[in-house]
Amino acid sequence: MYANPNSIINPSLWPNGPAPGCFFNFPGANVTSTSSSSGIITRTQSPVTTGTSILGLVFDGGVMLAGDMLGSYGSMAKFRSIERTIKVNNSTVLGATGDIADFQHLKAIIEQKVIDEDCADDGFTLKPKALHTWLTRVLYNRRSKFDPLWNTFLVAGIEDGEPYLGCVDKIGTAFSDSKIATGYGAHIALPLMREGLEKKPQMTQEEARALLINCLRVLFYRDCRALNKHQIATITKEGVTIENNIELDTNWEVANFVIGYE
Amino acid sequence: MACMMSNMSTLDALSPDWLTSEHSTGTSIMAVEFDGGVVIGADSRTSTGAYVANRVTDKLTKITNHIYCCRSGSAADTQAIADIVNYHLEFHEVQLGEAPLVKTAASVFQELCYNYRDQLTAGIICAGWDRRHGGQVFNIPLGGMCVRQPFAIGGSGSTYVFGFVDSNFKQGMNQDECVQFVLKTLALAMSRDGSSGGVVRLGIITEDGIERRTVLGNELPRFYEG
Amino acid sequence: MSSIGTGYDLSASQFSPDGRVFQVEYAQKAVENSGTAVALRGKDGVVFAVEKLVTSKLYEAGANRRIFNIDTHIGMAVAGLLADSRQIVETARTEASNYRAEYGGNIPVKYLADRVAMYKHAYTLYSAVRPFGCSVALGSYDEIDGPQLFMVDPSGVSFGYLGCAMGKARQAAKTEMEKLKLKDMTCMELLKEAAKIIYVVHDEVKDKHFELELGWVGAVTQGRHQKVPQDVYAEVERYAKSALEDDSDSGNDDM
Repeated sequence: MYANPNSIINPSLWPNGPAPGCFFNFPGANVTSTSSSSGIITRTQSPVTTGTSILGLVFDGGVMLAGDMLGSYGSMAKFRSIERTIKVNNSTVLGATGDIADFQHLKAIIEQKVIDEDCADDGFTLKPKALHTWLTRVLYNRRSKFDPLWNTFLVAGIEDGEPYLGCVDKIGTAFSDSKIATGYGAHIALPLMREGLEKKPQMTQEEARALLINCLRVLFYRDCRALNKHQIATITKEGVTIENNIELDTNWEVANFVIGYE
Repeated sequence: MACMMSNMSTLDALSPDWLTSEHSTGTSIMAVEFDGGVVIGADSRTSTGAYVANRVTDKLTKITNHIYCCRSGSAADTQAIADIVNYHLEFHEVQLGEAPLVKTAASVFQELCYNYRDQLTAGIICAGWDRRHGGQVFNIPLGGMCVRQPFAIGGSGSTYVFGFVDSNFKQGMNQDECVQFVLKTLALAMSRDGSSGGVVRLGIITEDGIERRTVLGNELPRFYEG
Repeated sequence: MSSIGTGYDLSASQFSPDGRVFQVEYAQKAVENSGTAVALRGKDGVVFAVEKLVTSKLYEAGANRRIFNIDTHIGMAVAGLLADSRQIVETARTEASNYRAEYGGNIPVKYLADRVAMYKHAYTLYSAVRPFGCSVALGSYDEIDGPQLFMVDPSGVSFGYLGCAMGKARQAAKTEMEKLKLKDMTCMELLKEAAKIIYVVHDEVKDKHFELELGWVGAVTQGRHQKVPQDVYAEVERYAKSALEDDSDSGNDDM
């Protein structure tokens, strides 16, 4: 191979950027799996098609998950009807932030687990705590191979009559709380949820739904990777319902008060 | 991926892309569902960096009689994947005693694209007809996810025409309307994307199999060119 | 049967001079000793009914089931050695699971029946193994292909059926089935007739106690295979018992 003599003149025109005359790499295209001259192989992947925040909130007698339906490709709002919240069985739902392909991979495995339990037909089903724990093992195991599943998951459900909400991230860190938000939601929605719970620690289903919808709206205003098309999952003793394609009313009236820069 | 030779690592980043780039179908591809089938389409340019290695490529690749894929990304990767899926589904068809489902083909594509996501550069649209669900389009972009869509666009050229397809797509278009929609979209994408060009190859897949058409580069619909 | 074999029945890998494989035939005998199982295919579903002989009063009710879920959309009824059957069930589940992982959809029941048949057949070829002492019926339903029913025997052949029977009273059960217009019947009607058949062919003298086991897959279950709900079970059992009494009443009249 011949090196272009011109390009040797300034070897680091743009560190970490494309070489002169080359194209910029799209996310995930060529940047991974580089076998360098030292022979070290890195297998750390990066997310490609991604979903943004998922919110989870416990109320009196149940728990809710909420999130939008966007699959972002970098900054492009490419896939606009992705289901990021799925029903696992009649007591459990799962919501995912991060890489959609990884989520679909795990979804297929979980669906087979549910079928296996269906087949056993022994009256036992996958409960939210069990799924949460299982996810921590899978995710921690993958991060230990330097090949993480690039997601943060929220597990919500009813176990022994009590609502349960848990979170696990791509390195296997896990916790349970009555209010959790992933991604951008952790910065924007969580304070709003805390405020709501401080005012009314035992919320009704309607109050919880109203609070979540308000959070989703603020996220739509303030998160560049959000979309005004949402899913809301509700888990109570009666079972699981997932509402799809919810579009929220938005208010842009403040635009009329802006004059100049301020 | 650009020809990573271990002893070339320092020069590699410095040489111009067309010396070291692999052949890629820096592409515009598309597929649309209609009642009774699908229309698929692609441009015909294969490039190495900025050089047109092949100006009359066929990026619509047969998987079974009723299932095709539109390839974008690395030419080598996508050809290898298409060959593997083709082999797999031919065998599957014999075992099953009937034509495979489009979903099945899409799943096999996804399996490969997901498991080797760190090694592959492949964006594939898998489309076709089966007796269960009629015409279907599945989009399998870079990371190896898989979604069914009423229509899909892909490749580098697609980024320029998202606005066009969003404003011009109508639910329930018939076959001829879909053909025009694909042709217009690809012509627009090819005119704005340097890595796309040449002729438009079209395929109409119905219960009767595929009907292939080619619209030559000098016969493409033309739009504002200022 | 006393003088058969004459040395040619010691291995599944050896033919007898008149071209039989005795080990396989003995495996079929094992199925014939089993409690009867029937499967019926109607216009919108497939039902299974099994005469589960209870050999000890010490067993829990519902123990040793003979109707299984293979995948969401496929059910299996078995006859013969229960332990052998369970291995076939496990094999079928693995096949269905692998198919789903590879092709992202439900395994076609015909394909599954072929795979199970191949698996069973492999156990009729070698001296180191023994054939499976069980027959299985596989049933499924979907909107496009409608109801489908297959049966696989110990030799590893599989056929599609409108109605099939396995176990000790299979001949009597088949005679009963032939009286029915299976193609026009709904799941509920099928279930009643299947249960009735089990009651009719049950041999009260030799086998005192049995449990009726029922499973169905059809439009009524949205294409999922399930054991029938308790209220349906009660209704069906009532129908079967009363039909049996009517039959015996009319039988008495004749005399």
